[in-house]
Amino acid sequence: MSSNPPKYLSTTNACKLCAPLGASLAFKGVAGAVPFLHGSQGCATYMRRYLISHFNEPIDIASSALGEKNAIFGGGPNLKLGLTNVIKKYHPELIGVATTCLTETIGDDVARFLAEYIREVNDPTLLPRIVRVSTPSYSGTHMEGFHAAVTALIAALAEGGEANGIVTLLPGLVSPADLRHLKEIMAEFGLDSVLLPDYSDTMDGQAASRYEKIPTGGTTLEQIRSTGAGRAVIEFGRTLGESPSGGTVLKTRFGLARHRLGMPIGIRESDAFLALLAELSGRPSLPASLQAERGRLIDSLIDGHKYLFGKRAVVYGEEDLVVGLTAFLSEIGVRPVLCASGGRSGHLQAAVSAVSEGFLPEAPLVREDTDFFEIAEEATALAPDLIIGHSKGYHLARRLNIPLIRLGFPIHDRLGGQRLLHLGHRGAQRLFDEIVNTVISRQQERSPVGYSYM
Amino acid sequence: MPQAALLEERHEQIHRTGTAPCEIACDKESLAGAVSQRACLFCGSRVVLYPIADALHLVHGPIGCAVYTWDIRGALSSGPELHRLSFSTDLKEREVIFGGEKKLKAALLELIARHAPKAAFVYSTCIVGIIGDDLEAVCRGVEAETGIPVIPVQSEGFKGNKRAGYHAACRAMARLVGTGDTSGISPHSINILGDFNLAGEIWLVRDYFKRMGIEVVANITGDGRVDDLRRAHGAALNVVQCSGSTMELAKIMAESYGTPSLRVSYFGIEDMAASLYSVAAFFKDPAMMERTRQVVRTEIATIMPELKRYQDELAGKKAAIYVGGAFKAFSLVKAFRLLGMSVAMVGSQTGTKEDYQELAEICDPGTIIVDDANPLELTSFLEEKSVDIFVGGVKERPIAYKLGVGFCDHNHERKECLAGFAGMLNFAREVHASVMSPVWRLAPRPARPTD
Repeated sequence: MSSNPPKYLSTTNACKLCAPLGASLAFKGVAGAVPFLHGSQGCATYMRRYLISHFNEPIDIASSALGEKNAIFGGGPNLKLGLTNVIKKYHPELIGVATTCLTETIGDDVARFLAEYIREVNDPTLLPRIVRVSTPSYSGTHMEGFHAAVTALIAALAEGGEANGIVTLLPGLVSPADLRHLKEIMAEFGLDSVLLPDYSDTMDGQAASRYEKIPTGGTTLEQIRSTGAGRAVIEFGRTLGESPSGGTVLKTRFGLARHRLGMPIGIRESDAFLALLAELSGRPSLPASLQAERGRLIDSLIDGHKYLFGKRAVVYGEEDLVVGLTAFLSEIGVRPVLCASGGRSGHLQAAVSAVSEGFLPEAPLVREDTDFFEIAEEATALAPDLIIGHSKGYHLARRLNIPLIRLGFPIHDRLGGQRLLHLGHRGAQRLFDEIVNTVISRQQERSPVGYSYM
Repeated sequence: MPQAALLEERHEQIHRTGTAPCEIACDKESLAGAVSQRACLFCGSRVVLYPIADALHLVHGPIGCAVYTWDIRGALSSGPELHRLSFSTDLKEREVIFGGEKKLKAALLELIARHAPKAAFVYSTCIVGIIGDDLEAVCRGVEAETGIPVIPVQSEGFKGNKRAGYHAACRAMARLVGTGDTSGISPHSINILGDFNLAGEIWLVRDYFKRMGIEVVANITGDGRVDDLRRAHGAALNVVQCSGSTMELAKIMAESYGTPSLRVSYFGIEDMAASLYSVAAFFKDPAMMERTRQVVRTEIATIMPELKRYQDELAGKKAAIYVGGAFKAFSLVKAFRLLGMSVAMVGSQTGTKEDYQELAEICDPGTIIVDDANPLELTSFLEEKSVDIFVGGVKERPIAYKLGVGFCDHNHERKECLAGFAGMLNFAREVHASVMSPVWRLAPRPARPTD
């Protein structure tokens, strides 16, 4: 069964961002890296502004700042000048060059420009690594850009060699809090792992007495190189499909075992992730702390189950996030009545069915390649109790006068989006507490009695 | 030391007052790789036209440009709110190869039927010029079919900087001006240009003008309406704020309709009062001038007691300013002076040479004046001058906070009314709230002279 095609031709209030933004965010998770957009100045500035409102961190994204002449005669000279200026000022270890719709459309041959650039400098060994990725805004969403950047990093940097036992984890677009938790989990299993990208420090930095041009943190180039000689690669994403991915590169080029899992949101998807780690680490069972976390989570689900049973939710966002949330909501008795995304992988419907089958009385309506105009239209008819997703669903929640559970990206109307935890049993615990308390709080507000106990 | 943060090409866009005459090179394209705080031509057009609340604003291009400008500005409307929606033709590979005209036409017809706007603005983005879509022709066709003005905005991002985008927006609006009926407009009438009704600011300013006995014909563009724009040429005077976002329209209207214009600023007590007096003086009506004095007296008397308290606590503190337009920077320098604070750095994205010369004249010696700065420059200036507060926009905020410096948002996205007399009080409150917060005592910022 495939999802319905979009009803309208124009897009109103998009439920997606553009590819270079995803690539920029991924590059921010590499140590010493500066993202660089080959295009007009506005792209970099708009994306910086969009990311800053979520992360509340300085986010420097360079631009080749093409003007009219460059669009006619080619953007090569500006690209090279821009690289030189970034190197002079930031002394980066890596520059991640992502294209934009302008430079893709004028047909700039970025690979050639970069080869020329490296040839033209006096001492190429002094140059930072330059990794390029093609990310026209007219092709795919920010998620395609994000995955393309991760794929490009691995394709450019990973090296084979003597087996090092490393397990590489490619989580996709998750929060800095999620990244920290994933590292903690890998360590609990005693696994030698590489997480890519890792913007847990660069996009959620500390107050410091000195300003860092490039914030400390991120996956090091050495770590990325080492992935090629690793043992396995895990990538999250039930909707990744056949499109190129970092995991595919490691599998086909270096023969690593590739494990594709759903984003570990909720009980079963987290269980599957931890079971895989147990297998990879050769442990017969979960580490005690993780086992206890899981136990407490199940205990709390029972405590709160009645408040949530039959509640109807609209869920939207990136496809793999939506799939993970659908898995979790199905487990706690909430009925996702609409699962929507601006992405169009073609795999959303199947993934939603796979994670909710047997747990829902009826399959949710799935909309891919959709926008908030259509989501609002559907939602109004579906009479949901909750809206679950990023800040851009606020208008809809306000209109329907129902609560918005904020998660994912972007969180533009609250503080702390970077600290929201979604993954693992601990993430499910946080989500559960928030969802159940939101429902209880709504009941309390509407109650003529106003009980102060449950 | 701060020189280290500077790229050679950037030296002529930075000036230190008291050293030599201010000869800042500006209106240049941003330097590649410099991480400019500027956006693009599209941004300039979008900012200016955005608040026209009963028009359809359709961005013709791939999704990025529309989604990053969805409801991110604080421009309020007293009626329709069509401007708060983000419309895009969301071009895909197919249209990039085969052309986007068909999709554009269909999207326009779909959206006009759905929302019944009074007019439609169609913004071209970078690739539209490249793929060769004929926006004029599509717009003409849809205009004929729907009977509403459908106006292309030549806003391809790469074709210039934000200032060029202002001009494109003004040329688009000029196509509406002069198409409406001007009967019944008072001889004491104005258009308000260059106020975008952030947090309701234009309502405040309109109220002052009303009390002075002046009719406002068109808000351009805060809380703006298409029909008001169409009859804007009936006003006796264009009152123009901001460093040029709407100057081009005033110029066009002067040429086409002989409408004179005055430059004003609504920020700070001094400039607000001077603006009202200059408008009253234009109409040469002694009774109006008396009413204006009354307005100014009443308003100042209302805010002074509370303002005095902030002055007492803020005296001697230091500020830095980096805003979009230089004209706002003048007012901010004066506003800080009123609070007893000094300004150590002031810059803008789009100032002109004349703007910067004027800034250099009103600033204290040693003040850094900068055009089109970037994060590393701003950081080095803030560190060098060890200021207490930085005034800028969202992109400047984390820079200030990482350096342990207070911050006041004075950009288009702000939710605080900072214009008019009441706005001066809000500004003082916000500066006070940030500068005096106890959190700075816990932050690991370097020792500061004022601590």
